[in-house]
Amino acid sequence: MAQTTTSKSGAHGVHAAHEAHHDHHELGFMSKYIFSSDHKVIGIQYGITALIFLLFGFFLVGCMRWQLAYPGRAIPLLGGLLETFLGKDMAAGGIMQGDLYNAFGAMHGTIMVFLAIVPLAFGAFGNFVTPLQIGAPDMAFPRLNMASYHFYFFGGVVMLASFFIPGGAARSGWTSYSPLATTAQFGQAFNGQTAWLIGMVLLITSSLLGAVNFITTIIQLRTKGMSWMRMPFFVWAQFVTAFLLLLAFPPLEAAGILQLMDNVFHTSFFLPTGLVVNGAQLPVSGGGSPLLWQHLFWFLGHPEVYVLILPAMGIVSEVIANNTRKPLWGYKSMVYSSICIGFLSFIVWAHHMYLTGMGTKISTFFQTTTMMISIPSVTILTALFISLWGGSIRFNTASLFALAFLPMFGIGGLTGLPLGFNASDIYLHDSYYVIGHFHYVVAPGTIFGLLAGIYFWYPKATGRFLNETLGKIHFWGSLVCMNLVFAPMFIQGFKGMSRRLYDGGATYFLETDPTALKLNIYITHSAIALGVFQLPFIWNFFASLFVGRKVTNDNPWDATTLDWATPTPPPHGNFLREPVVYRGPYEYSVPGAAKDFTPQNQPT
Amino acid sequence: MEIPYTDKARPDTGLYNAKVGLWLFLASEIMLFGALFSSYIMLRVGADEGVWPAVKLAWPHHLLNVPIGTFNTAVLITSSVTVVMAWASLKMNNFKRFRMFMVITILCAFAFLGIKSYEYNEKFTHYELRLKDGKALTGHLEVNGKHPGFWSPSDLWNLPRLTSSNVTEVKFVADPMEGHGGHASHEALTVKVDEISHLDAFIPRNHTFFAIYFTITALHGLHVLGGALVLAYFTFPGAGMWKTNPEQFTNRIEVGGLFWHFVDLVWIFLFPVVYLL
Ligand code: HEM
Ligand SMILES: [Cu+2]
Repeated sequence: MAQTTTSKSGAHGVHAAHEAHHDHHELGFMSKYIFSSDHKVIGIQYGITALIFLLFGFFLVGCMRWQLAYPGRAIPLLGGLLETFLGKDMAAGGIMQGDLYNAFGAMHGTIMVFLAIVPLAFGAFGNFVTPLQIGAPDMAFPRLNMASYHFYFFGGVVMLASFFIPGGAARSGWTSYSPLATTAQFGQAFNGQTAWLIGMVLLITSSLLGAVNFITTIIQLRTKGMSWMRMPFFVWAQFVTAFLLLLAFPPLEAAGILQLMDNVFHTSFFLPTGLVVNGAQLPVSGGGSPLLWQHLFWFLGHPEVYVLILPAMGIVSEVIANNTRKPLWGYKSMVYSSICIGFLSFIVWAHHMYLTGMGTKISTFFQTTTMMISIPSVTILTALFISLWGGSIRFNTASLFALAFLPMFGIGGLTGLPLGFNASDIYLHDSYYVIGHFHYVVAPGTIFGLLAGIYFWYPKATGRFLNETLGKIHFWGSLVCMNLVFAPMFIQGFKGMSRRLYDGGATYFLETDPTALKLNIYITHSAIALGVFQLPFIWNFFASLFVGRKVTNDNPWDATTLDWATPTPPPHGNFLREPVVYRGPYEYSVPGAAKDFTPQNQPT
Repeated sequence: MEIPYTDKARPDTGLYNAKVGLWLFLASEIMLFGALFSSYIMLRVGADEGVWPAVKLAWPHHLLNVPIGTFNTAVLITSSVTVVMAWASLKMNNFKRFRMFMVITILCAFAFLGIKSYEYNEKFTHYELRLKDGKALTGHLEVNGKHPGFWSPSDLWNLPRLTSSNVTEVKFVADPMEGHGGHASHEALTVKVDEISHLDAFIPRNHTFFAIYFTITALHGLHVLGGALVLAYFTFPGAGMWKTNPEQFTNRIEVGGLFWHFVDLVWIFLFPVVYLL
């Protein structure tokens, strides 16, 4: 009920906020930047926080990569710090210990998915751009919006703090499979896993509030003339994403509550009868089902991967339409495809569970639905590829990242097909091939989409451009290194190397196939190089605030959508007067038009 | 620019913002409770045969007090009716009647919670006892004349606690057994602690039935509590809005009422599933 009231009072609070705004235009620092209810400020808060988590998640995996390439060797530079902060059990002599490897692995996944990519794709871009593109003055429930950022922030704080509680952070993978998640630190009432669950409940609450807000905003606050089929594809992508979050997260919340009961009150929701740990029978009633956890987790988990990809597709569509100076090819089929993806993504989850012995009939069902869902994904990608046809493409940094997204996501998606067939997945499951698959979709895929968005909307948010030369160094370096990091993982997977191995596979490959181990070393070096190529971006991001080339008009990319019809940066309330929409979102190079773009709000 | 449709309906959707928001929120709530109900089904279908002691079932049947549960169902349904009456009273511009119906609603909510915690306490004082010779019983336990319950969960007895507090024997009043003539003996048996193989109250850790029963009903109880507090806020401290913006105030009550119906509806599903089936 708490949430309902907030939503009510949120709607009500708007008046108060506005009156305050009219009375005295000077807002204090706190209410302007920390407790702001302005969707643009909240979007930027989400963005900065998420970028910091992205960097932190990268740092965690950097340490792990070192251990994989050089098992048992002290981590240079950082090893000593790890020992000081996390203790001898975790990093004696700067060497990563097994428990630390597991904890970093679990937290890398958790942080990247729930604290970096989703908040950046949905929280930051969704918040900043969606109301602008539909011509709304703000989100429907501004105070609720602020609350969702705060829940996210505290969820992040809990996750970070969990590294320092005795025994360290959660160490059972980002998927937290039971019974491991319960037995890993059995008997310690408040352990890393408990903190993980509490953190997740906060993050889920944040996403649910956000989802309610986004959907309401898109349904209710579209400006005059902004009919459904005149909405930019970006808005559609956010709309479907919000539904996925709204409906897929609650089952994970339920699962989280049940696992919390298992860990704290020693129930047996996910613990089977007769479970033996360290040679002794676990003192619990048993009778639970480990598979139940997996079903509940993946019921979220699969829609979640579309939460990761759809907003990036939305951004890429905007950037591509703008830089090819052409309408999107097949806008309508893209919209219908994304809706199809939304529905289908709720009935494919058990393709993550082919090896659990759930039965061939069930596997066949999920294999079929998995093949079905790849159709709309391919439709969207194909439409974007065809959109390039015959365009005179502007190759600025935003556009380069968006263009690179297409083949990278293509590789990621196509490598998913062998995983979707249960016959081939029996061999590939839990191998480095899977790691390669999903990183291709998320890293050079989604992250490139998000970077394209940053280069594209930075001028609107700040009034200055990012530096193009640094941008191009960032782009080419990232593109090359991403592939050097992730492509060899397919080979390792084919050779049979399992994921989550602390020694990088030495146990299996030292005698038989040392080349597989050599690849670990190349991958690690490429990952370090990838990190180095982010430095120009970090510099660019902050320095351009002060020295970047200033934008001289509100629509510097000659774009058509309403987000460019606002002052720069947009003030509180966004538009000087309520915009009216007369046409579709991508009227580029219309024959006979005065210019090669016709904004949506230009009267006919 | 003002945010549009905070109190008036948008013409093409026919809804004001908060109502859209609430329906969406309820959709996510349905998924939450839906997942818990599904878990209930999976756990029950997968339960091991013959573990429940008294009559060797896979899943404890009919342990909950049906008359009390039925009464509590009636209490919630009543509150669902009165919350509509409260909203209707506002529509008819009768604030006094609104407040009266609201107070009844809130009283019903707290009555429900009170009855629920009485039921919880009944379970917390009820024990399952298995002996090393294979015999199994349910009933009430007496150790040193104390009866720890729901309000003192850390004092509940189980085998490790008996041993570590050097208790050598306990008194146990067994329940009448289903299918065994059904005569309550009401005589306390004296049981030696070293003959016991398992002893635990009817609490979550004792069996997945209790685990899921307590988890779902507690989550539902939290919804009742949260809902009641918000309705109480609307009725008393927040009622000033009736003077300043009656339309939005009425909307608030409508949306609050919708949530209240949902909480009621969850119980309507919960009651047969855990009490009757
Ligand atoms: C479009 C077609 C896709 C298909 C057919 C597909 C199929 C699969 C299958 C069957 C698995 C399980 C492999 C195993 O564990 O053995 C898997 C894993 C995974 N996929 Fe995909 N996928 C597709 C797209 C995506 C997208 C778009 C994303 C994310 C943006 C994604 C992210 C993931 C992740 C994160 C995992 C691994 C989860 C884990 O076990 O930790 N996939 N994929
Ligand atoms: Cu999946």
